[in-house]
Amino acid sequence: MSTSPTPPVLEARHITKVFPGVIANEDVNLVLHKGEILALLGENGAGKSTLMNIIFGLYHPTHGEILVNGKPVAMKSPRDAIALGIGMVHQHFQLVPVMTVTDNIMLGDESVKNGLLDRRAVAERIRALSQKYGLEVDPDAIVEDLPVGVRQRVEILKALYRNAKILILDEPTAVLTPQEIEGLFEVMETLRRQGESIIFITHKLKEVLRIADRIMVLRNGRVVGEADPKTATQQQLASMMVGREVILTVDKGPAHPGETVLEVEGLCATSDLGEPALRNVSFQVRAGEILGVAGVQGNGQTELVEVITGLRRADAGHVRIKGVDMTNASPRRITHEGRSSHVPEDRHAYGMVDSYTVADNLVLNQYYLPPFAKGVTIQEVAIAAHARELVKKFDVRTPSIYTPGGSLSGGNQQKMVVAREFSRPIQLLIAAQPTRGIDVGSIEFIHNQIIAKRDEGVAVLLVSAELDEIMALSDRIAVMYKGEIIDVVDRADATREGLGLLMAGVKREPVR
Amino acid sequence: MSLSTLRRIGYMVLIPTLAVFSALLLGAIVMWIFGDDPLAAYRGLWTGAFGSPRAWSTTIRKMTPLILTGLSVAVAFKAGLFNIGASGQFLIGSVCSVAVGVNFEGLPAFVHLPLALLAGVAGGVAWGFIPGVLKVFTGAHEVIVTIMLNYVASLFAAWTVYAGGTQGQTPGPLWDRTAGAISRTPEVFMSARLPWIVPEPYRIHWGVAIALLMALIMWWIIFKTTLGFSTRTVGANSKAARYAGINVRWITILTMMIAGGLAGMAGAIETLGLNHRFAPEFTGGVGFQGITVALLGQTNPIGVVLAAFLLGALEAGAARMQFDSGVAADIIQVIQALVLAFVAAPLIIRQIYRIRKPSDQIEATVVSTGWGR
Repeated sequence: MSTSPTPPVLEARHITKVFPGVIANEDVNLVLHKGEILALLGENGAGKSTLMNIIFGLYHPTHGEILVNGKPVAMKSPRDAIALGIGMVHQHFQLVPVMTVTDNIMLGDESVKNGLLDRRAVAERIRALSQKYGLEVDPDAIVEDLPVGVRQRVEILKALYRNAKILILDEPTAVLTPQEIEGLFEVMETLRRQGESIIFITHKLKEVLRIADRIMVLRNGRVVGEADPKTATQQQLASMMVGREVILTVDKGPAHPGETVLEVEGLCATSDLGEPALRNVSFQVRAGEILGVAGVQGNGQTELVEVITGLRRADAGHVRIKGVDMTNASPRRITHEGRSSHVPEDRHAYGMVDSYTVADNLVLNQYYLPPFAKGVTIQEVAIAAHARELVKKFDVRTPSIYTPGGSLSGGNQQKMVVAREFSRPIQLLIAAQPTRGIDVGSIEFIHNQIIAKRDEGVAVLLVSAELDEIMALSDRIAVMYKGEIIDVVDRADATREGLGLLMAGVKREPVR
Repeated sequence: MSLSTLRRIGYMVLIPTLAVFSALLLGAIVMWIFGDDPLAAYRGLWTGAFGSPRAWSTTIRKMTPLILTGLSVAVAFKAGLFNIGASGQFLIGSVCSVAVGVNFEGLPAFVHLPLALLAGVAGGVAWGFIPGVLKVFTGAHEVIVTIMLNYVASLFAAWTVYAGGTQGQTPGPLWDRTAGAISRTPEVFMSARLPWIVPEPYRIHWGVAIALLMALIMWWIIFKTTLGFSTRTVGANSKAARYAGINVRWITILTMMIAGGLAGMAGAIETLGLNHRFAPEFTGGVGFQGITVALLGQTNPIGVVLAAFLLGALEAGAARMQFDSGVAADIIQVIQALVLAFVAAPLIIRQIYRIRKPSDQIEATVVSTGWGR
């Protein structure tokens, strides 16, 4: 392909982008050929997003130039990029939930006939595009009724509708279930066949090896190397990304379970939509063991964690911590009296206050206790000392303990939450999606911390949508399906296939 | 103090300053369009606000209730609540303090005055408690409820001083029997009046000291106590507040009560210090101005004092401006409205003056948080 006389569809030459105090990209070169999937791999904060925002016209490079089809271009805004055939699917979808697929796709580029919107013509084109690229979507569906995977297809269609020949997909698999990821890859393959060029941004190694034609690795704003997915291994890629050897498998000894710490019995609860979310859920977690809760997202895991931590009311059943009934107790009582910690699945909604400093976020649920409060007054000196200690111990990369938590990278925000929740003397740890959307280096760190807690004798309830994570950390695995615990298996007896079937609601035959 | 702290403070001051500057500029353009002389007008405004000891005293007098109603709105903002009810809370505070002030003759001042003040505060607290409780237990939005309660308060206040009708309608319970057909209360007893710091003709009463003290106390509560931490957390992210074990419902009710109490105190101080009686023509306008003051002060108690000083000066200078330049004093209302528009929509100011938002900005004032849930 590189011998082809036609120029590459996209080329970035010597791109450097300097923000006040930070060099986000330094002398980055990128070449994208027609009909190719280029994977851009890197940890959070490696400069992937900055580079893509430059290519999409959102930022101007400090130095360097962009060439499209061999011609240098000067983009002032995404409008120019779109005109040049560059389309971007953002990690957070840019869709209006209450509008139809058709309306969303034509938004900003409306077809008009006799002064009125020509929805029919647009819908026709959408159907034609759907067919051509195998992107099944009903143009008349309302976006908020669609599953996440389909919404993503709408985003891709939106770019194709604007005649994009170059697609930038920013962390497209982060929000998808395993089946949806497979569906996305099929779409990407079709797009490639049809001559589209794709830049695929991710930090998931397995996916890169599965789909990419070429891999480019960024670290600290620089290109640290390219790799060929045919020959590269996950281990190599991880080392390139992080800049040192990374242990992908978690090293853990056997569990030594003690007495029962968390006991859930016959728990029932209702979802926000008023539907039953938990049906008669019962299980126990003992001191010094990790119970992993697996399942396709939306099968009641979120509600289960919320009920146990006091954020959602139980309709029936009991939650006991060390034999003390904590059903529908206040979150503060469960945290304080129950000596429990909770790493919430949605850190922006629950785990932190974006506008608060790192120091304040690190005492979010202890600010009223000594030494952080003396009587009614906040003790800023003690809070600062505590913050300095945790930032160091948990390697939270922040310019200062007074930096707002919201301006840290995702991985560091999660480390901040973990630091707070893991630094208290606890007997119960509830970790929901503890490594969602964060980089390999941070994942490794957080996994080791969870194991360390287990070995200290803490009972750990781990909820995760990542089957790999569940398999790597758990001592026992409970699988949730439609609000029920469909089965609990020992880690030693668990296989990916078996768990996959349970996650799909297929109960195994009793062993004879 | 670190550099970033200084930058943050600089930014906090910059937007309000430019908002005021832009409002004055736009006000000048409006005057010019109508054939008035803006320079003469602003010269008159300055003289009226700061040109003499008398002018200064007027500015201080006008500033006093604005500090308290500004604090009322600002404190509510900290918990993510939009208190449009400072006006009603102010009126109730006024009426309650008068009710105590015109009764209990012979009580010593050190009992009577605090009692009258407390009655005003209590009235405001009650008037804040209602929207708080309704929000928490029924989901009724505090903006709607406080607006409604403003009408209730204003009609209730008018009824208490109603002079009765010619067809034998019963007069209100606080009506001054010596006033004939005029609706008003008698003057409060001397023992219930706030003493002068500087007497006639300057008429500066101790209310200004109370208001400044309250600003300090509120600053301390918001930024230095666990209650303040809880309140700010509820305002910044109510889900995270719940997660952190904060009783969001209680904080919501309590904050509305404190906000109501501050506006009620404004009413009591204005009545016991200055008017010495209540009459229907005393409106709760300073309650609405409290919104401008709170936003201009970036919901920070210290900022509120500065903003109240500025608005107080505008109010104080208005009469002199009209007298000197012939420009209708109403232009001051226009300027105040422009100030509110600019501080409520800082994006406009940022665009006009090309100010970049600092990346490490803390706790932006988001008016819309009150609407979000």
